[in-house]
Amino acid sequence: MSEIFSANNRLRFIALAIALVVLVSLPFWVSGIYYINVGSQILFFAVFALGLNILVGYAGLVSLGHAGLFGISAYATAYMLQQGFGHTSAILVALVIGVASMALFAVLSLRSSGIGFIMITLALGQILWGLAYRWISVTDGDNGIPVRGRPAPFGYSLTDPVNFYYASLIVFIVAVAMVFIFVRSPFGAALMGTRDQPRRMNALGYHVWMIRFYACLFSGLLTAVSAILFVYYTNFISPQTLSLTASAEVLLMVISGGPGTLLGPIVGATLVVVIKTVVSGFIERWNFLLGAIFVAIVILVPEGIVPGSIRLWRLITRKRAAAAPTTTTTERTP
Amino acid sequence: MNFWIVLTVNSITFGGLLFLLASGFSLIFGLMRIPNLTHGSLFMLGAYVGGSIVIGLFGFKLNFWLAAVLASLTVAALGALIERFLLRQLPGDQLAQVLVTLGISFMAADFCLMVWGGDPMSVATPEGLGGFARAGGAVFPLYRLAIIAIAVVVAVALWLLLDRTRLGAMIRAGVDDPDMARVVGIRVSQLFTIVFALGAGLAAFAGIIGGPILSVYPGLDQDMLPLALLVVIIGGAGSLLGSFVGSILVGFIYNFGQALLPELAYFVLFLPMLLVLLLRPQGLFGRHVP
Repeated sequence: MSEIFSANNRLRFIALAIALVVLVSLPFWVSGIYYINVGSQILFFAVFALGLNILVGYAGLVSLGHAGLFGISAYATAYMLQQGFGHTSAILVALVIGVASMALFAVLSLRSSGIGFIMITLALGQILWGLAYRWISVTDGDNGIPVRGRPAPFGYSLTDPVNFYYASLIVFIVAVAMVFIFVRSPFGAALMGTRDQPRRMNALGYHVWMIRFYACLFSGLLTAVSAILFVYYTNFISPQTLSLTASAEVLLMVISGGPGTLLGPIVGATLVVVIKTVVSGFIERWNFLLGAIFVAIVILVPEGIVPGSIRLWRLITRKRAAAAPTTTTTERTP
Repeated sequence: MNFWIVLTVNSITFGGLLFLLASGFSLIFGLMRIPNLTHGSLFMLGAYVGGSIVIGLFGFKLNFWLAAVLASLTVAALGALIERFLLRQLPGDQLAQVLVTLGISFMAADFCLMVWGGDPMSVATPEGLGGFARAGGAVFPLYRLAIIAIAVVVAVALWLLLDRTRLGAMIRAGVDDPDMARVVGIRVSQLFTIVFALGAGLAAFAGIIGGPILSVYPGLDQDMLPLALLVVIIGGAGSLLGSFVGSILVGFIYNFGQALLPELAYFVLFLPMLLVLLLRPQGLFGRHVP
């Protein structure tokens, strides 16, 4: 048993090292700024998806209003910069506003869970969208707010796409590490407990509401971070970013990859960004495809791509183990 | 003075439309325990199909009311198909059902854009209702009064259906306790299809008769869906009275908000929802927290 574990661990370590090398060396073997920019997009959308996955995957709370939260932080950054504040203060204010709005969101939507939570977050998200669209004196409505310039931490100007890619990569790695630690911490275990058995957790003396609330805050923080990267990437923010479509896109990243796994949202973000980039070259109608993928994923691979492939992999290796009876068949129960 | 009266009439009219939309939404929610995110799309689809028949886009022209009935029936059939062939594939998995309805709503929105294009379609007010009624010093557009009358008639009919008929009793039983309803021999899965088709038809009907005052445009679905959600959150899921009160309330807040605080109209809607969620999470007339 322990042998399998260490073999698994070694495999995991090797995979991680390869992934890291690929990500760090990407600008060297990928030709063209276009593809490096796609890489940056994948990275910050993956951070967004990781943030939503905290709620969808680990807390069992499906939010359809996350684009609204994402938008608040993005608008806060753009607005502060427009008012003439520096990058540092704009980023800090955006982080604080993002987490504070998530707290408000949580107080309202955690009045219920399950389907009620979906409805309330959807309504809240749409209200934020309406606000961005109509509150013209602040957001300039449909025209949006342009952002001029990107920050230059430690003298590396992020205007250079390669530098921006590395900045996104650093943020991404930190976010993955944070989620990794979070999921393995006692708090993460308690959160998954509230997902699976809220009443038992309550009986055991856990404060279910408070655990969910803190999970929301963590999710809000990751959302705000990715939103700041987004607004610096596009140099522009408009109500489109807060639309229900945007909320659905990030939810699709989580659901397609596999909710409740660390790798799932990353795979999902890659998938959605790549499909969207490729498809937009051929057809105008991304929405139709988005809807179709949604229906197909939910009906065909409800558990997501990552758990689905793991199941397939186990099936194959089990067959091979059965074919060669000399190897000890150590069955790991999931 | 006149301004306030007109605003009040507009609010009640809008509330009536919302009721047609939200009552079906609320029933589906109450019975099947899923927020049907295609509801805004069904509204828009009804408006487009009905409008096209009135204008004669499909090669034949009908009068407004016949077109309304025909389009409602078409969309109701579509609703039944969605329920039978997609939602039925995912029994008991509410999250998956919600996501499927979300996916369909995107496909429907894009479909409408493909067929009817991006320009708004204006639907003429039906014949004989283009005029005004005078009472006291105030002037009321006849068509708006007609919408209010229709909403009241539909509300009474729905109430009779739910409260006085066998089918209504079965639906109420299904809303209160689906498992127990099954045990006593009610075919709840059949009720799902009936209620889904009924809700879809009502939403489409609201879309058509709302056409002359709202006009029909891409994005109408995403404008209406949150309002239906608000009505259900405020009124309580599965309650007809809740839908009625919630619709009128939202109609008033939305119209007054738009007239008095145009920039924050959408945001003002947030306040009653906030109060209801904090003080009475199950909604004003709801029986249980969703």
